[in-house]
Amino acid sequence: MQDFYNIDSLLSEEEIAVRDSVRRFVDDNVLPIIGECYVEGRFPKEIVPGLAELGVFGANLPEEYGCAGLNNVAYGLIMQELERGDSGVRSFASVQGALVMYPIYAFGSEEQKQHYLPKMAAGEIIGCFGLTEPDFGSNPAGMITMAREQSDGSWVINGAKMWITNGSTAQVAIVWAKTNDDKDQRSIRGFIVPTNTTGFCAKDQKGKLSLRASDTSELVLEDVRVPKDALLPKSGGLKSPLMCLTQARYGISWGALGAAIACFEEASSYAKTRIMFDRPIGGFQLQQLRLAEMLTEIVKGQLLCVQLGRLKDRGEFTPQQVSLAKRNNVHIATDIAREARRLLGANGILAEYSAMRHMANLESVYTYEGTHDVHTLVLGQAVTGLNAFGA
Amino acid sequence: MKIAVCIKRVPDMESRFRISGDGKVVDETGLKFDMSDFDGYAVEVALQITEKLGQGEVVVVSLGPDAVQEALRKALSMGAARAIHLKADQVPRDGFAVARALAAELESGGFDLIMFGKHAMDTMSGVVGPMTAELLGLPNVSAVSKLDVEQGKGTARRELEGAAEIVEFPLPAVVSIDEGIARPRYPSLKGIMAAKKKPLESKPAQLDPTRLEVTKTELPPDRQGGRIIGEGAAAVPELVRLLQTEAKVL
Repeated sequence: MQDFYNIDSLLSEEEIAVRDSVRRFVDDNVLPIIGECYVEGRFPKEIVPGLAELGVFGANLPEEYGCAGLNNVAYGLIMQELERGDSGVRSFASVQGALVMYPIYAFGSEEQKQHYLPKMAAGEIIGCFGLTEPDFGSNPAGMITMAREQSDGSWVINGAKMWITNGSTAQVAIVWAKTNDDKDQRSIRGFIVPTNTTGFCAKDQKGKLSLRASDTSELVLEDVRVPKDALLPKSGGLKSPLMCLTQARYGISWGALGAAIACFEEASSYAKTRIMFDRPIGGFQLQQLRLAEMLTEIVKGQLLCVQLGRLKDRGEFTPQQVSLAKRNNVHIATDIAREARRLLGANGILAEYSAMRHMANLESVYTYEGTHDVHTLVLGQAVTGLNAFGA
Repeated sequence: MKIAVCIKRVPDMESRFRISGDGKVVDETGLKFDMSDFDGYAVEVALQITEKLGQGEVVVVSLGPDAVQEALRKALSMGAARAIHLKADQVPRDGFAVARALAAELESGGFDLIMFGKHAMDTMSGVVGPMTAELLGLPNVSAVSKLDVEQGKGTARRELEGAAEIVEFPLPAVVSIDEGIARPRYPSLKGIMAAKKKPLESKPAQLDPTRLEVTKTELPPDRQGGRIIGEGAAAVPELVRLLQTEAKVL
């Protein structure tokens, strides 16, 4: 779309080059197939080697672990371009990078980092992240998955996880489990669990009407025994998985804009060419209002993200700032997708166009990685100092 | 194997073009630019040759204002080893002036192979490659659709109308690359970061006065709407008549 506010002038030459390279990859490899994948309910696995070669997995982690060592604005722009393709494709990269590679990088031992990160950057190992449970979504502290340390130092894990992106595709899972009673502030620890371990089972969740081009699974862990070195040694307490989610939802703030941009581009081009009452529908005030609102919200969202990325690069960003960006950008993106769908009239319900696919996808994005409502409470608490959460 | 690839920065051909106030050139305001398509194929072929041989160096060269460094850096991020920017206020419309400046630079470079795109997407002259070859006294093969090189020798395939020819030539040589030979790789994110650290040498181009002047540039006329003559077999005689008398194609 047209750079209405000259936001490119806020970006470096490398940041623009990164965005344009990923943009071209998505144009050539995702857009031609994604509508069909969505209808078939299939994640396009065939694009994973290309994404890895491009270097999108864990792109903001250091080069010494086989990653691209990009800054956070460049990383955000990658997420934007991937989600311009589809939220499922961006989710795949978010999980791999922010929810699996990041915790190994942040909480892992040097051996774990050396072993996993280069292979995950190369797409040779795919990961998933198990925090949410059937009865514990917005309240992860209540999780019942337990890991018990054995006398030989190994761990035995029991529990179930739900809504796990890449669950059935992954070779490793980062599983979060309690290791002690709730009085222990560091009870929740992270484990690297190979998905072929005896007792580990991943089942695809069927009947999704959203994120259909993404694998979502239920994980069941029944007496899953992992060695001592499966533990992420520096993880401890709920803070650890929440730090991962802050990374991921930073990327989502950018990603949602990508979906919004795709819908805006489709709607504006349709408005200029679709003739009704002998003139393009873009000439009618009602459609212009739709397009003007879309453009305005995208520009605001982009400015929000660039500043958030700069703060993150300086190590100055707060989880509350990320909540604000995720909450706002996913919200405006869902509105934009719906209005684009409506502008497209009957054509808007077809998989041949992208608006309704994005619209349905964004409903998941609205709910995952901290629901819109939970982020509202985070901001409410930041403003008032008062905790409005359940407990 | 030392390979030079000469690349040109051109406007995105999907753009909606406007003519400048003096009616002579394209107005560049608001246009997006990129490496010319055929030049991108040439960079890809050059990289594939050095990768296949397991040795060699790809050097990219571009003539023009500072903005061409963007195209050079893109080639570096694809994998070229270093870049040379021949600085000029603008790219002369006279291909011979460009060829002279390139030849002056390339002459002493010790290149085994000098590559060009078949033509630039904006001017479509296709003369700079052959002229550079002539100035350097090197064999030239144009519009190459397949290229193999080994020490001292190259083999190229050229597509002709309804046929193909295979050409052998000694190195050093100049070749220009046709489409369909190789899909340019996406600059990888690591490549983009590495490109920042690769050498990019900028120096003034040795340009002679241009001997060509563009006096006018014009856009094609707006397309007229179609005309429906009638329907079914009954409309055929009138259609044939119009094709003969008006369109004059029969």
